Amino acid sequence: MIEAQDVRFSYANKVEALKGVSLTVKDGEFLAIMGQNGAGKSTFVKHFNGLLKPSSGKVLVDGVETTKTSVATLARNVGFVFQNPDHQLFSETVEEEIAFALKNFGFNPDVVEKRVTWALELLSLSQYRKISPFLLSGGERKRVALASVLAWNPQMLILDEPTIGQDHEQKEKLTQFIMQMQAQGKTVVIVTHDVEFVAECNPRVVLMKEGKIVAEGTGKDILTNPQVLAESSIVLPQIAQVFAKLSPLGFPKNVIDIYEAEKIILKATESKRQ
Amino acid sequence: MSIFDGLKFRKVYSPIHNLDPRIKFIYVISIFAVAIIFSQVIPLLFLFVLQLPFVLLAHVQRQWLRSLRGAAFLAAIIFAVNVGTSFFYAGYKVTPPAVENAVALTLRFVVLVESFSVFFLTTSPDHLGLALEESHVPYEFAFAFTTAVRFVPVLAEEAQTIMDAQKARGLELEKGGLLKRIRNYVPVLIPLIVSAIRRSLELAEAMESRAWGATKKRTNLYSLKLHKGDYALLAITIGITVAAIYVRLYVIIPTIVHLL
Repeated sequence: MIEAQDVRFSYANKVEALKGVSLTVKDGEFLAIMGQNGAGKSTFVKHFNGLLKPSSGKVLVDGVETTKTSVATLARNVGFVFQNPDHQLFSETVEEEIAFALKNFGFNPDVVEKRVTWALELLSLSQYRKISPFLLSGGERKRVALASVLAWNPQMLILDEPTIGQDHEQKEKLTQFIMQMQAQGKTVVIVTHDVEFVAECNPRVVLMKEGKIVAEGTGKDILTNPQVLAESSIVLPQIAQVFAKLSPLGFPKNVIDIYEAEKIILKATESKRQ
Repeated sequence: MSIFDGLKFRKVYSPIHNLDPRIKFIYVISIFAVAIIFSQVIPLLFLFVLQLPFVLLAHVQRQWLRSLRGAAFLAAIIFAVNVGTSFFYAGYKVTPPAVENAVALTLRFVVLVESFSVFFLTTSPDHLGLALEESHVPYEFAFAFTTAVRFVPVLAEEAQTIMDAQKARGLELEKGGLLKRIRNYVPVLIPLIVSAIRRSLELAEAMESRAWGATKKRTNLYSLKLHKGDYALLAITIGITVAAIYVRLYVIIPTIVHLL
C-alpha cells in the first residue's frame, strides 16, 4: 500500500512541482495517473520508490516512510519502469540486462537464471536472449526494460508512459499483461496520456494539474466528464465522444467500453426495427 | 552535477553580457596566463578579487558561487595533495611555507574556474559561435563547438534520469570500495554515451534534412562589432598583463609567512 500525505516537492531550481498531493493506492489496485505535460505526474510517482523525497509531507510504502529507507530497499517491492528504455539499457545481451537487477538484489545464480527465462517468456523476448538490447526495435527495447523490472516480481509496479511508441498489438498485450498482474493481486500504477488505453483498461483514474490532484474516480466517471477533462487538456475517448454527440437521441453519455457501446447500439437498432 | 551549473548560460542583460566575446575570451586567457606565472598567495588573491566586480556587474553571483562550490571538491584535492607531498619531502612535518604554497596553488585553480565560469555565464552559445566564425574558424567546427556547449545541461539532466532508472533497479552507487564505486557508474555511463551518440545522429539527420551546408558561403544576421566597453576591457586586459609581467620580473613578492 502506498500512502501519500500532503506531499509537496520543489526541484533544485525552486520550481514547486507538487503542491500538496494526498493519495492512497491500495494493495491490488489498478490506478492511472493522468494529466497534461508538466502536471507533476512523473515527479509524483518517483516518490513511490524513494527516488524523490518530499520537501514536506510524507510518503509511506507498506507503512514505512520513504525518507527512512533506501531506494534499493523500496525497489525490491516497488518496480518502476521508466518511460524511455534507452535510459537504462547498458548490457551486452538482453539476458544480462534482465539479470542486472536480480544480481543487485542478491538472488542466487540459479534463481537468477530461472527468473530471467520466466521474464523473457512472459514478454515474448526469448528469441532475443543472447542479442544486444541495442539492436532491438524501440518497442522491443521497451519490453526488455519492462522484463528487467518484472524479473524480480515486485508487489507493486509503476509504469511511466507504457504505451508510447507501442503499436496496437503491443498495447493489447500490455492490457492483457496488466490484467494478469491484477489477477495475481499486484498493484499497478500507470502514468499516461493515452485516453484510449485507459478507456480500455478502465482503472481508477486520478487527474493531476499543476502539481495538484484535480479529480479522481472510476475511469468511466472521469473519462466521460468533458468539463474535468477539458481543464486538463485531455480529450474524451472516441467512444465517449460519439455517445456525447448521440445523447440528444436518448443515448447515455457515460460509455467508454466498446462492448457496452455495441450492446447499447444493437438494442437501439432492434427497438427501432420493431 | 553542480559544476555544470557554473557553465550554464542564462539570458540576462548586463554590461558584461553585452561585451564582445572575443575580447572577453582574450581577457580570460590573460587571467589564465597571469594565474599560471604566479605561485604566491598575494598576487593570486589579488587576481581573485579582481574578478569580483565582473561577477557583480553581470548579476551572476548565485550561479558563480554554485560553480565555485562545484569546484570545491577538486580544490580540496589539490590542497591535500600539495600539503601531503610537502609533508613527506619536509621530513614528516607540516611547515607554514608549505601550507602557504598549497593555498596558493589551490587559489590558482579557483581563479581559473572563476574566470572561465564568468566567461561562460555571460556569453551565450550563439555569441560564442559567432565569435569563432569571425575569428575564421571553419563554420563546421564553430557549429560543433556551440552545439557541444549547448548540450551540456541536457546531458546533465539525462545523466540524472539514468541514475534514477538504475537506482530503481537496485543499483547502489555509493556502495562498496573505491573500485567498486567506479564500476557502479558503468550502468550510468553506457546509456548516457549511447544516447548521446544516438542524439547526435538524429541531430545530423534533422540538420541535413533542413539543408545544412547547402551554401558554401554563409552570411550572419548579426555581426560582432567592437564598442567602447570592449576597448576598455581590452585596455584593462593589456594593463593587467603588462603589470603582471613587470611584477613577476622585477618585484620580489613577499610571502604571507614573511609578512607576519
